[in-house]
Amino acid sequence: MSVIQDPVNSGVYSGQDQPGGTNYINHSKGVMSWLLTLDHKRIGLMYMVSVLSAFALGGTFAIILRTMLFTHSSPENPISDSGQELYNQMFTLHGAVLVFMFIIPAVPAILGNMILPLMLGAKDVAFPRLNLLSWYCYIVGGLFFLFVLLSGGLDTGWTFYTPYSTSTSTSVAAATLGAFVLGFSSILTGLNFIATIHMLRPPGMGWFQLPLFLWALYATSLIQVLATPVLAITLLLLLAEKVLHIGIFDPALGGDPVLFQHFFWFYSHPAVYIMILPAMGIISELISTFSRRHIFGYSFIAFSSIAIALLGFLVWGHHMYTSGQSGMANAVFSLITFSVAIPSAIKIFNWLATMYKGSISLATPMLYALAFIWLFTIGGLTGVFLGSLALNIHAHDTYFVVAHFHYVMVGSMMTAFLGGMYYWWPKMFGKMYNEPVAKVAWFLIFAGFNLTFFIQFIAGSQGMPRRYADYLPEYAFFHKFSTVGSYVLAAGLVLVLLNWIHALLKGKKAPQNPWGSNTLEWHTSSPPPHENFAETPTVSDPYVMGAWDYDESIDGYVHNPQKAQELAQQGHH
Amino acid sequence: MPSRDITEDRHDADPRPRDITDMSSDSAPQPDKAHGGHDNRPPHLAHHFETPKQQFESGKLGMWLFLATEILMFGGLFCAYAIYRGNHQDVFLYGYGALDKMWGATNTVVLLASSLTMAWAVRAAQKGQQKLLIAMLVATFMGGVGFMGIKAVEYKAKYDHNLFPGQQFNAFYYESGKPKYPEKLAHAIEYIDGRNAGRGGASHGTDGQGGEHSDAAPAPGEGQVLQGAGHQQAEADAQAPAAVIVTASFAPPADVTNLAPPASPADAGVLDSAIDHAGVVQTPHAGHTQILWEDLSQTERGKVHIFFEIYFLMTGLHGLHVLIGMGLIGWLILKARARTFGKEYFTPVDVIGLYWHLVDLIWIFLFPLLYLIH
Ligand SMILES: [Cu+2]
Repeated sequence: MSVIQDPVNSGVYSGQDQPGGTNYINHSKGVMSWLLTLDHKRIGLMYMVSVLSAFALGGTFAIILRTMLFTHSSPENPISDSGQELYNQMFTLHGAVLVFMFIIPAVPAILGNMILPLMLGAKDVAFPRLNLLSWYCYIVGGLFFLFVLLSGGLDTGWTFYTPYSTSTSTSVAAATLGAFVLGFSSILTGLNFIATIHMLRPPGMGWFQLPLFLWALYATSLIQVLATPVLAITLLLLLAEKVLHIGIFDPALGGDPVLFQHFFWFYSHPAVYIMILPAMGIISELISTFSRRHIFGYSFIAFSSIAIALLGFLVWGHHMYTSGQSGMANAVFSLITFSVAIPSAIKIFNWLATMYKGSISLATPMLYALAFIWLFTIGGLTGVFLGSLALNIHAHDTYFVVAHFHYVMVGSMMTAFLGGMYYWWPKMFGKMYNEPVAKVAWFLIFAGFNLTFFIQFIAGSQGMPRRYADYLPEYAFFHKFSTVGSYVLAAGLVLVLLNWIHALLKGKKAPQNPWGSNTLEWHTSSPPPHENFAETPTVSDPYVMGAWDYDESIDGYVHNPQKAQELAQQGHH
Repeated sequence: MPSRDITEDRHDADPRPRDITDMSSDSAPQPDKAHGGHDNRPPHLAHHFETPKQQFESGKLGMWLFLATEILMFGGLFCAYAIYRGNHQDVFLYGYGALDKMWGATNTVVLLASSLTMAWAVRAAQKGQQKLLIAMLVATFMGGVGFMGIKAVEYKAKYDHNLFPGQQFNAFYYESGKPKYPEKLAHAIEYIDGRNAGRGGASHGTDGQGGEHSDAAPAPGEGQVLQGAGHQQAEADAQAPAAVIVTASFAPPADVTNLAPPASPADAGVLDSAIDHAGVVQTPHAGHTQILWEDLSQTERGKVHIFFEIYFLMTGLHGLHVLIGMGLIGWLILKARARTFGKEYFTPVDVIGLYWHLVDLIWIFLFPLLYLIH
């Protein structure tokens, strides 16, 4: 990568507060100053509160359903109908709430909103009003789901497959509308990010000086903008089917239920990359920062994000190998699915190469990054297994699939999200968290996750079908084990929450740059002022960290303009 | 970067290393502007943009991205259309007979004209011609009114003939192999068969006059003339051709049966497609295909309602976009009356114009796909 911009330093990065001590949090007061804010950082915080609430709700459903699976029925002790119905509701709401309200928005809407303009040295996203609107869409979508919860629930699975979804008496219509509105929230975020990255880059920051997190968000936004509308129309058609019985998906009325699956997965496979790409972007930042090395293979990582985004549009059929689609279609979808492994592996290898001979510090964010590499490798490789036709026929709709996508969608995405939250926490709130507690929580999450889900690979390969409220005694050990693991995972997540609350209330004051990273968000105070930068930050290679000197007195890094200039000159040769 | 006068090259920042001396002048701090000294900024320039040009281009990019989402959203419907059209040719050939080509064509002209006035409005805004701007916006708005008015007339006709979407409003629903509303169905078949028979005659130079504007069934005798020799229908009582077919294909309630006894037991079976009726269905002229109810197989009959659902979903979603566009243009008119726009600031006119053109463009696809197929 050709690097390096302007070395001449105009501002003084001392790690000190703004004059007057105002920042975006205390810049103005009152509830309305939040509800009507156009500040991307405040919108990010509002997203944080709402998305984490959804996470808690969906997580609670998960614990309930795992608890129900701790025991199985026996002739003396059969599982009741209402118990089975409750189970169906729990796994559906667990999936729907966590997919649409946590995994998809978490990284772009919270961390992207918070950090993207800062990384560009900009004052805001391109369309602040749309940004606020996207949050309101999220809230309205959430209210629909709340309504679903209180009005008969939902038992279709998060996939809303027809014809069951059009015949069940549960609140499919409300859930569909909710997902529809949430889709708009996602579209608005993506649209905003693309325009911002195109139009608000600072002088001297070409496409190849963008931090990799922004490349990842850019690729994610492309998917959000191009795939989500297809979900929107699919959900509208489903709604029309449900309300008017238009017959397009319902075989009883002359329709084709497999068409729904095509429509649904045309969005929902790319959506997997809405979940994982921004997570990968976080990992690129973390690995470089905490290895104190320039990221290895910058342009490979950047382009692999785009490649994943584009390939992601061509593989939806791998969810439908057993739906009766043609053998030729199966083979083509399988082949393209395999090819997604290439850009994914490129990222993994570049991260490993970045760490090689690096000076690795195992701060909490880095622990999450390492956990990500571990979990994503397992999740990704089992995805390759499932992409192959023969194995897929065997493993289809078993716990093997459940384990696979939890390794990707939860294990990988969630650890990256938590790593990112810890990494940018000092920037967002100006407070440090308690490091030892954070590490204990990390360990519980990492251990708990693997305990919960690794064994599901085995259960699945032995034939345990997914989405069943009950199972044969031979699967009892797997389920009990998994349930206990989920409690460990939940304990870890609760500890993270406590860790964060403690940091907010009692945390040590954070320096401007606790990690010594060089992306632009660290060139402003923690937390940033209302307009982001008191002084115009100077663009330089985001992964050259040599200009930051560690200062023990503030337990953080201080920018050294002299060194920055020298580094920039070296970069010319 | 407030100190920097940002020009168009900002967005394509040079990826090559910058010259240090170049940059040093760029980054000289000017703190008074850094804190948003908005004094000499144009009133419409939002605080996070550096120049009006940047703001304008951002707005335009945003709108283009939004239009991309619109295209993909409609793309889903076009895809559904293509799949059903491909799998059930005859259903579409049959169902489109209910649509009125003349109204569709008129609406196409209306929308195209409104696109012209919209483009003219953008130009007027750019040149600061206030009166012309308002006039053109009003003309565009009226185009929307005209379009929706005509659409309402068309929808009304569909409603009257039980061709509306939804189980309560569409005559073509079947339940376990039997029509749900035999009487409504008989009427709808009469209506569409009459029009289709007319269309089949198009090759004879009458160009479907029989079907175009009448909500009524074709006059007795007309059908006979247009349907051509050898057609079963021609022998039947032209006043109740539909009833004949109804009885021929499934067991209706007794009263319908009494109205018109089966014309031909042979019709009761599964008549799969136009091919089964070669020489009957296919008029030899001009490639026009004339599909009547009796030409549809039993399975296809059960799918006719899907044509109307797709028609209503596509035109309905499009109509909703027209309404939204009219709302936006109405807002532009209010703003233009307050003299908001001029040479310096016309972004909203420009981007709403883009939106209006897309709505127009979608109709340009809908019209031939739905009204002109054969
Ligand atoms: Cu997939």
